[in-house]
Amino acid sequence: MENERVAFSHGEGRLVARICGEVDHHTARLLRERIDREAFLVRPRVLVIDLSAVGFMDSSGIALIIGRVEVAAEFGGVVQITGATQPVKKLIRLSGIERIQGLTVSP
Amino acid sequence: MKRIINEMKLRLPSRSENEGVARSAVSAFVAELNPTVEELGDLRLAVSEAVTNCVVHAYRDREEGAPAFIYISARIYDNKEVSVEISDNGCGIENVELARSPRYTTGEYGERCGMGFLIMENLCDLVTVKSRVGRGTTVLLRKYLSHGRCDE
Repeated sequence: MENERVAFSHGEGRLVARICGEVDHHTARLLRERIDREAFLVRPRVLVIDLSAVGFMDSSGIALIIGRVEVAAEFGGVVQITGATQPVKKLIRLSGIERIQGLTVSP
Repeated sequence: MKRIINEMKLRLPSRSENEGVARSAVSAFVAELNPTVEELGDLRLAVSEAVTNCVVHAYRDREEGAPAFIYISARIYDNKEVSVEISDNGCGIENVELARSPRYTTGEYGERCGMGFLIMENLCDLVTVKSRVGRGTTVLLRKYLSHGRCDE
């Protein structure tokens, strides 16, 4: 079950991390570890964080995203957020992270 | 005069697993007021932020095995008002104004981003914080649901 919280696929310089379930302080630690392990292995130009299967996210998820932008920068990569649902979009807008360099949020 | 329709009290051990329990319980509790999906999402998020603050900060100096609880007290009123009080008996906040300012965090690097209070303030109609160092902190969240505050 824990292992299914994030699924990876990669190719053409992109690593897609598809997160499933809820992202809060409790679940973020494991997600962070798993995404980082995969990211350092693949070292993609674009780290895509797919949030289409995330029903709930709080500021721990924002910290997770900010941290992954820093991780990707270590190997010259950027982060792209895709599939955010309405409530997650609202949180992203509130947090102002769209203005961070090295991060794009797809509509 | 507003009247209380229902009230709920919860006591949960201060553990990260209970962040989800707390927001689900509050979300189920307010369902009676027929909130919109967005309002429900706002409340879940605000409660999650407040409870996470307890888990991360309140009891960090407590000895292993010492009791550490989060107390949640929720009320709904006939004017479509929801109030949720989240308290702890933890270390307290020395400077509440500073703690509420955006980006400020004493949390572990990369784990917290200092946006908890900013989010609560944006999603609720009122957020009050009372804290005493060494005694604990109480965060009160108040939200008026749509079509509330009018005489129906």
